[in-house]
Amino acid sequence: MLVSYKWLKEYVDLSGVTPEQLADKITNAGIEVEHINYPGEGLKGIVIGEVLTCEPHPDSDHLHVCQVNLGSETVQIVCGAPNVAAGQKVPVATNGARIAGNVKIRRSKFRGVESNGMLCALSELGVDKALAPYEDGIYVFDDEVPVGEDALPYLNLDDAILDLDILVNSAHCMNMIGVAYEVSAILDRPVQIKEPVVEETDQETAEKVRITVDAEDKVPYYSARMMTGIKILPSPRWMQLRLIAAGVRPISNVVDISNYVMLEYGQPLHTFDYDKFGSNHVSVRFAGDNEELTTLDGKKRALNAHDLLITNGHKGVALAGVMGGQNTEVSASTESVLLEAAVFDPMTIRKTAARLSLRSDASSRYEKGIDRNRVARAADRAAELLTKFAHARVLKGIVEKGKRTVPEHKITMPWQKINQVLGSDLTCEQITGTLKRLNFSVTGEGEIMHVSVPARRFDVTIPEDLVEEVGRIFGYNHILATLPEGTSSHAALTPYQKMRRRVELLMESIGLSQVYTYSLTTKENASSYAVETRDTAPTQVIWPMSEEHGALRQSIVPQLLNVVQYHLNRQMPNVKFYEIGKVFLPVSGDPRPAEEEHLAGIITGKRTERNWEGESTDVDFFSAKGMVETLFDALAVSDQIDYQPSKREGMHPGQTADILFNGRVIGYVGALHPKVQANHGLNETYVFEIAIESLLRHGEPAIDYHILPRFPSTTRDIALVVKRTVAASDLNRVIKENGSPLLKSVRLFDVYEGDHVADDEKSMAFSLVYFDPERTLTDDEVNAIHEKIVSACAEQFGAELRG
Amino acid sequence: MLKEKLLELREQAFEHISSADGLKALQEVHVRFLGKKGPITEVLKGMGKLSAEERPVIGQLANDVRKMIATKIEEKRTYLENKLLETKLESEKVDVTLPGRKSETGNHHLLGSIIREVEDLFIGLGFSIEEGPEVEQDYYNFEALNLPKDHPARDMQDSFYITDDLLMRTHTSPVQAHTLEKHKGVGPVKVICPGKVYRRDNDDATHSHQFMQIEGLYVDHNVRLSDLKGILTVFAKHMFGADREIRLRPSFFPFTEPSVEMDISCFRCGGHGCSVCKGTGWIEILGAGMVHPNVLRMSGFDPSEYTGFAFGMGPERIAMLKYGIEDIRNFYTDDIRFLKQFNRA
Repeated sequence: MLVSYKWLKEYVDLSGVTPEQLADKITNAGIEVEHINYPGEGLKGIVIGEVLTCEPHPDSDHLHVCQVNLGSETVQIVCGAPNVAAGQKVPVATNGARIAGNVKIRRSKFRGVESNGMLCALSELGVDKALAPYEDGIYVFDDEVPVGEDALPYLNLDDAILDLDILVNSAHCMNMIGVAYEVSAILDRPVQIKEPVVEETDQETAEKVRITVDAEDKVPYYSARMMTGIKILPSPRWMQLRLIAAGVRPISNVVDISNYVMLEYGQPLHTFDYDKFGSNHVSVRFAGDNEELTTLDGKKRALNAHDLLITNGHKGVALAGVMGGQNTEVSASTESVLLEAAVFDPMTIRKTAARLSLRSDASSRYEKGIDRNRVARAADRAAELLTKFAHARVLKGIVEKGKRTVPEHKITMPWQKINQVLGSDLTCEQITGTLKRLNFSVTGEGEIMHVSVPARRFDVTIPEDLVEEVGRIFGYNHILATLPEGTSSHAALTPYQKMRRRVELLMESIGLSQVYTYSLTTKENASSYAVETRDTAPTQVIWPMSEEHGALRQSIVPQLLNVVQYHLNRQMPNVKFYEIGKVFLPVSGDPRPAEEEHLAGIITGKRTERNWEGESTDVDFFSAKGMVETLFDALAVSDQIDYQPSKREGMHPGQTADILFNGRVIGYVGALHPKVQANHGLNETYVFEIAIESLLRHGEPAIDYHILPRFPSTTRDIALVVKRTVAASDLNRVIKENGSPLLKSVRLFDVYEGDHVADDEKSMAFSLVYFDPERTLTDDEVNAIHEKIVSACAEQFGAELRG
Repeated sequence: MLKEKLLELREQAFEHISSADGLKALQEVHVRFLGKKGPITEVLKGMGKLSAEERPVIGQLANDVRKMIATKIEEKRTYLENKLLETKLESEKVDVTLPGRKSETGNHHLLGSIIREVEDLFIGLGFSIEEGPEVEQDYYNFEALNLPKDHPARDMQDSFYITDDLLMRTHTSPVQAHTLEKHKGVGPVKVICPGKVYRRDNDDATHSHQFMQIEGLYVDHNVRLSDLKGILTVFAKHMFGADREIRLRPSFFPFTEPSVEMDISCFRCGGHGCSVCKGTGWIEILGAGMVHPNVLRMSGFDPSEYTGFAFGMGPERIAMLKYGIEDIRNFYTDDIRFLKQFNRA
């Protein structure tokens, strides 16, 4: 909403309050003034001149040589505007003046003829070309203006325009009177609004118009006024300038008046050319499903049964509250006008405007709500102005359907509630005084106050709304900061949150950097790299902004590939990242996906950067696996974890392991498939993803304290030669099973293939630690267990001791 | 005679000791002069031929000479050992300015750090951390927050719908509604809810279709707007410096009444006006307000008994303001050169 400071002064005394101060006060009271525009900024030396004579230029077919009276002197000015003529009063940029765009006007010669200034068009004075009327030439004052005076005040170029950001709850300030009430409350100065005075003829409107309304709940009020004898002319200068200030292009008196009253009263009005109306019957109904209407903008609109339509009893003449129809448009030949002032259901208007992408000044006001008790007065105001400026003769009476006014809304509440909610210490007088500043009427009965809220403040309906009104007008800066006095409460991270933080810290301490990537991805990527593949299609959004963000990810890995690719493209080949975030697993028969928190990691490039000591080493499968093992150690679940070779889409078939937690697959770790690497232009890259939620859900691992050993342990190494197909984990398991309970730890420290070992065999060396907390083990005891282990391995894997 | 011999031996020994240039040579000197077959032992063996008067004198002298030689050898040994150690240490000298072997560590994401800092602050103030689903029912995302199906404010939040009833949550406020429901009408409820939210926006320097939000909610008997002001003052000082002041400006959110925006005094210029605060001295940080009675009622709380405040902030916005970050996409591009700059955040 663009608010002219000069126009606003007509309703509220703004003396002593600069536009900047006013903007600050309005902002602090709740409606943000986004900026202040000074339309005359930078203009200098523009005066009102009178064209005394206007002769064709001797050497040009379009230039004119004018003698222009500037009050104190008469100067010669060459003008190229087609509409220049003797007798006109026009804005003149005098010698040395500055016009829009900081252009300086100097004495000069046009084809040999001296020119001492410039006659100006509005756009040359900074008015938006799209708003300036009659842009086929210079601006001509159409009324008495004093020659020689500064032209800016007469063009409202000395104004300041405040741009108010109107939110849903401030629709009452979508018009000048509403803003006036607001400013009156803020400044605590009275508001002055003149009631319109209509002179009516003897002829009854009812003779010319009857109204029927089919959807009364969607059209609570509909009224019509009739005018005849209209002359279409330009509207007066002051009105044009106010429209321009509000961002509306002046067109003609009838159209301008209807726009002007909408800006002033907030009431959308519509004017039909009565002679084109085609009947004397205004019938308001819902459109038929196949009905069409060509709106004022020349577009044919296909309507449906949810659109409210104004008809002449047969065919549509306007899309209610949105835009008029072309068939009844006011034109230069219009002589009679049917003026509509109505109330339409906000939601119905909103839906039609949204469906047709047709937001008009009218529809946006209807959508947000209008002052129910100002409708007829707005029609009267238009009638008054049409009489004055369009020679209208206003027929007697208003034809209407529905209630012209509604009772004011009453709120009853204890006045102290305002202090209770704000934490303030206002007296009853301060509270009722503040409400009265807003032009609300207040009566009191002891602890209770009754507030009557004018219809223009339809946003105020409950006691809390009054709390806000008092708070914002009184000023939140007057409210002290306190700390809550309520129940004291203790708070801590949940065990899950605590563990998740620990996992983050661990990942970072082993060299991975945290990233956040998008949950929405392409449909194709959505299901790739999922820990658990599902038959159900990935969850998709109905109207994605782009293919890129059309479906919900089931794995974090594809996004991490993008992050690595990004770095590779920028010469950063050695990177390690992790992310903890939700994945969304489709559930068969339920549109809502299951949300699971996953941890995923990605590593590529050098494990250690090359330094002065020598060569670097590259990351490999075991670097990645070591990271997940470190994690499981930290979570004290390593005993419940197994790794199994696995074949997964997009992963290296020989370097990928499923991770099992108590026998259930909870993730995987492995190398990307070389083809994927090639497609993404990646180097060797290793990834892991773990459904970490199930591991963290139990919170912190329990700590089982053991007294420090008082007896020494015995360490024995064992090297076994087995077929290459034997998995280390299987051998490890058998050793552990057979060494129990005295075998405390098994560590694989060497794997050898090559000379002295058969081609299909390998040697694996383990370090075994035996220990009894109660005594020192004898060699014989240890030997016995050791032999049992060797023979079990021989039996199950054909293992032989390596000599 | 013997006396002269002993003194001569002593001189010889001293000469050998002083010329011994290594521990091995010194050991040879030791064996030669003090060994079982050495000359002093020989002298002592010949003592039997001496008179009873001479015997103790020579005996004493022999022992003294022996001790003197031994002492001298020890001194020389210590000297040689130290010299050897010095040589060794000299040979072990390294260029201490060469880089050490560092353990490479990863970075915590800036958004994660900001969220953690806010969480820790509010835990200290007695707020628990609640999380909720990112795919949300229309009811919790809108209706339970006083945004009925046709509410015009839904315009402000164009959303990624999955079905007519399911959508990617557009704010973390639905966690409020869930939490209130869980408490079944009994306060206090004191939570903050951090998490990812989604809006149907095109990504550009100032918009992201996915971003973070932290919501706060406190519902109890007699919670006042002044308490909100107090808690937000603590927050502003903690996050942006002890000198910060806050101001509340009236605003509009469907789920609070009254609603306010919180500005802080500019941390760059201290409130005099600069490019960060666009000359106003104030920076808009978050939205807040007193929980709307409809929201309380729908989630099972009696608004005549309970009041509450709620606030919501954007970690991206806080980070961008605090560090002058120019493009919101930086948070999701995850350029390591960006991430690393905030390792200490």
